[in-house]
Amino acid sequence: MLEQIVYALGTVVIGVLACFTYFWGTNWLLDAFLASDEMGGARSVRRDTLRTRIRPWLFLAPALFFMGLYLAYPVVATLWLSFGDRTGSNFVGFSNYIWAFQDPNFLQSIGNNLLWLIIVPSAATAFGLLVAVLADRLWWGNIAKSMIFMPMAISFVGASVIWKFVYDYRGPDSAQIGVLNAIVQAFGGTPQAWITVPFWNNIFLMIILIWIQTGFAMVILSAALRGIPDETLEAARIDGASDIRIFFDIMIPQIFPTILVVWTTITITVLKVFDIVLAMTNGQWDTQVLANLMFDWMFRGGGDSGRSSTVAIVIMLAVLPIMVWNIRNANAEEVTR
Amino acid sequence: MTTTALADADTVHTPAKSSFFARIKWGRMAAHGALLFLVILWTFPTAGLLVSSLRDKDQLTISGWWTALVATDRSEVARLSTAIDQVAEDGSFHIRGAFFEPDAGRTIVSFGLSNNDLAAAKPGETLPMRDGGEITVMADGTYDWASSTELTHTRGPRVFYIAAIPPQFTLDNYIEVINSNGIGRSFINSFTVTIPATIIPILIAAFAAYALAWMNFPGRGVLVAVVVGMLVVPLQMSLIPLLRMYNGIANMTGGQSKTYLGIWLAHTGFGLPLAIYLLRNYMAGLPREIMESARVDGASHFHIFTTMVLPLSFPALASFAIFQFLWVWNDLLVATVFLGNTEQTLVLTGRLRELLGSRGDNWEILTSGAFISIIVPLIVFFSLQRYFVRGLLAGSVKGG
Repeated sequence: MLEQIVYALGTVVIGVLACFTYFWGTNWLLDAFLASDEMGGARSVRRDTLRTRIRPWLFLAPALFFMGLYLAYPVVATLWLSFGDRTGSNFVGFSNYIWAFQDPNFLQSIGNNLLWLIIVPSAATAFGLLVAVLADRLWWGNIAKSMIFMPMAISFVGASVIWKFVYDYRGPDSAQIGVLNAIVQAFGGTPQAWITVPFWNNIFLMIILIWIQTGFAMVILSAALRGIPDETLEAARIDGASDIRIFFDIMIPQIFPTILVVWTTITITVLKVFDIVLAMTNGQWDTQVLANLMFDWMFRGGGDSGRSSTVAIVIMLAVLPIMVWNIRNANAEEVTR
Repeated sequence: MTTTALADADTVHTPAKSSFFARIKWGRMAAHGALLFLVILWTFPTAGLLVSSLRDKDQLTISGWWTALVATDRSEVARLSTAIDQVAEDGSFHIRGAFFEPDAGRTIVSFGLSNNDLAAAKPGETLPMRDGGEITVMADGTYDWASSTELTHTRGPRVFYIAAIPPQFTLDNYIEVINSNGIGRSFINSFTVTIPATIIPILIAAFAAYALAWMNFPGRGVLVAVVVGMLVVPLQMSLIPLLRMYNGIANMTGGQSKTYLGIWLAHTGFGLPLAIYLLRNYMAGLPREIMESARVDGASHFHIFTTMVLPLSFPALASFAIFQFLWVWNDLLVATVFLGNTEQTLVLTGRLRELLGSRGDNWEILTSGAFISIIVPLIVFFSLQRYFVRGLLAGSVKGG
């Protein structure tokens, strides 16, 4: 066990040294082989331009290599594999896609994912906005924000344990140790095994992600709210606008672009969420989602690369519009820079 | 708060204005109340985990964690001694003893002589015994079975009682989970995965970010767009081809396909877009004059980067390091796929998931295991929250 840590630390040292040697070494080589100090005229100019042309690519090369190998190539390969059979060696055309849209599990995942996409981003954004607005007015707001932000640091699996304990169910005759059932019992209701009740169990899983993501929404929206000029708010107050009107007619429109950013970021998280479903139900009791289905097919019966690639492509297709929107925004900003 | 509000109200005399202040105060109260409610709602589940992990495991299963600070009642049974142990005093015979150690802090709530009649007598009261004489049980658990005739029973009768057990907090659950459930091993594994996977991408990304921020070359705009696009590529797209590639390499070289090196490089690849994006945004915001005057003085890009930009970018480097640390530490998907889930290689998240499946009802193990897995990110998070927030803001608001 200890040698493992030594191995890890050794890798850090070697990795950092290797990076440094590469960057320093290639720069040195470039300057040595294309030196222009003791030359004159056109040749020197040509060498100078060649150096400025090459240098950026030396800086970029390792990053491009890793992103190419670990992100760009797999995207193409996954697309290709989605047209292959379970071993990935025979071309089968669209049959995986046809399978998918006839598979009840897949269709259920699509339905559940839509539910997640509607509920989680809107709830997390709304709660985040509420906390941001409330906390900015109160003296202990920063402490409150820290507390609500805290779940961001907790892993999805850790959060699943925390919430599974909240939802815990004991038989109707014994004392309930899950908070939810204890509350239900205190109000005279019947305790339930919440995560096995179809449809509603989806909501109980979503609550976990909302719990985690609200902090994220809160931090971003709180910063945006502080960016609203004081004069604007002051002017509205002098005109006699109520707090509620200021909130809906001034704050929301002013920070609307930020709300969109928060919304889309959480949307992407939702599409990729898999840990929570895997840990809580593993897709049982009608809670399957695409990311978990993909994981399932990746290993089920030795793995089916065709079907799991197909599910991955469907997730990618859902992300694509947001990706395009992000790129367009970034380009617009690039122009103004 | 209250004093300023009152002072304001005192200085204002028109009736309309004072009702305005009265309204404000109500609004404030509501704001305090609503925020407090939300904070409690948000922290309650985590508090439950922490408190439960410290409770005695027998208490954990019979009472909710919110009762941890009050005594819990538990019904127990004890068998009294046989006639051999009786002592004769002043012409009567006694069997004396205690149901539990007097310093255990427990108290007797009630006792009885059969399982159905636990509440037959209160402490200090007396019940007749079938074998003769009568028994008195005191609140501290000591009893005195007194009889005027000599006792002859050969089989000790049973006494049933309800004991109030004081709150007990213990680290036993932690000791158990670390030693016998593999959490200790997984903790080391998580560190092994996380440290190199956090540090290695930083240098690679920093050079690339500098090139994208301060060097002019054809294709720069396209590369920036590619990085922004890659930020949102779902990991699910990468897993299958990479797994196949790793297996292929392992087959060719005869080595393992699931190695720490493999997962370090995978996390490096997956973390690079965010790293480059954050660092580039930050570096692009550094003052142009510094760069240009250094260029005029003949400093090379390499020199400017290492001596000026890298030190100046420390806040952004820290932001990314925290992000990557939390992300790698909390990751389950990449670890499961590239490291597998054998006993030797399970990281904390994987172990926790396995325990959820196999020991789903052993909350003393789950809660303490979960707390061990979240304590490291929580420490990082609370001590470096400033950088984390800065990174979040740079990552989402600026670029969109």
